[in-house]
Amino acid sequence: MGVSIEVTGLNAWYGANHTLQDITLHIPANEATALIGPSGCGKSTFVRCLNRMHETNPIAKVTGDVKVGGMDIYSEISAVEVRRRIGMVFQRPNPFPTMSIYDNVASGLRLNGFRNRRVLDEVVERSLKHAALWDEVKDDLKKKSGASLSGGQQQRLCIARALAVDPEVLLMDEPASALDPVSTAKIEDLIFQLKSQYTIVIVTHNMQQAARVAERTGFFLNGKLVEFDTTHKIFTNPGDKRTEDYITGRFG
Amino acid sequence: MASRTNISKANRHWRWIANHLATGLAVLSTILVIAPLVAIFVYLLYKGASSLNWNFFTQLPAPVGEPGGGMVNAIIGSAVLLAVASLLGVPVGVAAGIYLSEFGRGGKLSNLVRFTADVLNGVPSIVMGIAVYSLIVLPEKSFSAFAGGVALGIMMVPTVTRTTEEMLLMVPNSIREAALGLGVPNWRSVLSITLRTASPGVITGCMLAFARVAGETAPLLFTAFGNPFSSVDLNRPIEALPLQIYLYAISPYDEWHRLAWAGALVLIVLIVVAVALVRFVTTRGVLKGAS
Amino acid sequence: MPKTPRTVAPVGGIVAVSVPATPSRIRAHLQKRGNSSWADSGFRWLMLACALSIFAIVALIATELVTHSQLSLARFGLRFFVGRAWNPVQNDFGALPFIYGTLASSIVALVIAVPLAIGVAVFLTEMCPRALRGVLSFLTELLAAIPSVVYGLWAIFVLVPLLRNYVDPFLIRLLGWTGLFVLPDFGIGLFAAGVILAIMILPIISSLTREVMTAVPNSQREAVLALGATRWEMIRTGVLRNARIGIVGSVILGLGRALGETMAVTMVIGSSPTISKSLLAPAASMASVIANEFAEAADDTYRSALIEIGLALFIVTIVVNILARLLVWAVTRGAPPRTV
Repeated sequence: MGVSIEVTGLNAWYGANHTLQDITLHIPANEATALIGPSGCGKSTFVRCLNRMHETNPIAKVTGDVKVGGMDIYSEISAVEVRRRIGMVFQRPNPFPTMSIYDNVASGLRLNGFRNRRVLDEVVERSLKHAALWDEVKDDLKKKSGASLSGGQQQRLCIARALAVDPEVLLMDEPASALDPVSTAKIEDLIFQLKSQYTIVIVTHNMQQAARVAERTGFFLNGKLVEFDTTHKIFTNPGDKRTEDYITGRFG
Repeated sequence: MASRTNISKANRHWRWIANHLATGLAVLSTILVIAPLVAIFVYLLYKGASSLNWNFFTQLPAPVGEPGGGMVNAIIGSAVLLAVASLLGVPVGVAAGIYLSEFGRGGKLSNLVRFTADVLNGVPSIVMGIAVYSLIVLPEKSFSAFAGGVALGIMMVPTVTRTTEEMLLMVPNSIREAALGLGVPNWRSVLSITLRTASPGVITGCMLAFARVAGETAPLLFTAFGNPFSSVDLNRPIEALPLQIYLYAISPYDEWHRLAWAGALVLIVLIVVAVALVRFVTTRGVLKGAS
Repeated sequence: MPKTPRTVAPVGGIVAVSVPATPSRIRAHLQKRGNSSWADSGFRWLMLACALSIFAIVALIATELVTHSQLSLARFGLRFFVGRAWNPVQNDFGALPFIYGTLASSIVALVIAVPLAIGVAVFLTEMCPRALRGVLSFLTELLAAIPSVVYGLWAIFVLVPLLRNYVDPFLIRLLGWTGLFVLPDFGIGLFAAGVILAIMILPIISSLTREVMTAVPNSQREAVLALGATRWEMIRTGVLRNARIGIVGSVILGLGRALGETMAVTMVIGSSPTISKSLLAPAASMASVIANEFAEAADDTYRSALIEIGLALFIVTIVVNILARLLVWAVTRGAPPRTV
């Protein structure tokens, strides 16, 4: 089951660039939350702060509180542990090129010392089914390399890989931006299915996508969270002029 | 007016000549450079192949004046020396390369390490031989296979370091992020993901370093020293293929010259295969699919 | 193909999948894995230690050479480098003949190799058809990979007879008046050493020269061509002039190789600690005297003198290499990596 995320006074920097300014919001459990905004608005940085990927860049800095399921991820546990509980799917599909499909999905567990073959088989099958990839790849799981799949399949493989470690939260950083419309639709279907079991945060520059998959939507602009509300409210009756301008396509 | 056109005509003429002269010279120099290479290979094949036979790989050197004999002692010796060298040079070099690419990227320290590695690469191998002689042979009071292996191992380090670094830098960052995003500890991610992805390149880089030291003679002259008998004892002197080639080349006996050519051919085949492999891997998508 | 994928049933039975009991097991396993922070920092330190070992190696070589040449340093001082005597029986040592041998053979090598290397580089970067370029640069790389001892072997049996029978007589007739090429001619000697060195350092100089020449931006070439220059004028003013610092760097790097090259030189230089004006006379270089005499140098002073020569070689090659690397780096810095 997913958990909720409580963000209070989050600030982030890249070098001297203050990319996130004083973000406070509450992301409820077992829902999909979409983050929209023009490129460079800080939405990607924001999700990268939620699993502490932001700090992997040596010039990056972050302050503020992020509580996931009531636990402060910046003080109570290490970054490595945080990332095991909060999975991430990146903008461009990034399967491990030297590994088979099976090994890709199993990698998160294996590289963390999980050896039980029977359970691994089970997890790989379930994760691939979850990611709606099982039927397409079940015949050459161990024969084909993860890199030999099509772009859309690769992205679903990456989702399966993230699901295999059974995270509580799934972060998706523009997961469909590099994909064709058919693959995009499949990914959206997936998000729809997955949100009953995981808390999902999805960054997108595509407003229709946000409207289709998310219960709640946050609008970022210039490093600030302008508005955060139910998707319905944001798209029908936004409280802020800038949000309205953005969703009606008047800028950005 | 007339004189000006004359000058410009002469000028144009001269420029035309200069242009073609330069082109001709460039082509000529290329031919002059390729000629010795072809000559060396043709001669090696001709002399070496005609002297190469089964005995070469199975027999000890024959005493002076007796025909036949082989270099089995040198082949075993080279294998032992190269094993010691690789055990020493490859892990250290790969680790140093990992540091440069994964931890110290862009830092002052890495630039200095990289620079020092390049400079170390330029230190004459004979100097390496003397240094290891004073470091190991003098205190032990004996030439040894171990000392020879150490000398060669040290020489492998800079090459392995630099190629490992270059190959790791070719791994796209998204792959590292994927591993870290799964909550894989950094050390595990570096070894099992980044290094593994770059492994074809890293391995060929190690082979290149291996091939280079396989042909080294100078650092072995007073470390491994040479040994007319087969030995695998690390504490005793040991023979090596290049040492034996040297010894036989400067000897006055035709039979030995023949063996020297055969040894050189074996050595060259080893090296050419390694270089060709490196080139194949580095120019044709090593990291194919690592989009 | 469905018109709109959203309206068809979801693929692969996603709906049916529910959360079974195993996940809790996975979470439990992952949670007790700990943060591995000690393993991560340990790993980092280990890698750092290996990187630093490269400094340690250089420092170790330096200290070993300095400590073991003390005897000779104390006894002869700087006189060592100007003394012409090399007399193991009387324990009197001076390194001048070897310094001369090293310098002379290296200069001969550079005189032969530099124009050829630049010619090859010009041909490969500016004139050569693409298909041929790969093959030729591979061949020059191979030239760099041949072991010194194999060059020596080839030099003894092919190059030296060739020089003695054809090239030397010609040079004696042509340049005999300079005193550099006079009889007696044994085939082996400074000139033979210089020629084999030239063949050996050519690939280094030409591949680095190529690298700096490719680093010259195309706009420079186009600017010169646009003024109506011929190809040669374009190469001369647009490319070579811009790359000259880097070319000097690569030549110095080749010099560094030549100074320390041991086996091939040892095999053809003639091993005679004498200084003669004629390049056809046998001589010895710093590296060759070490290779020839070190193993039999039983006396401490003798050995110490040889190690001091090694120390001098070490210092000179390090200085030359640093200089060369800085020059090459100054030119190629910021340039895109060379594409083969």
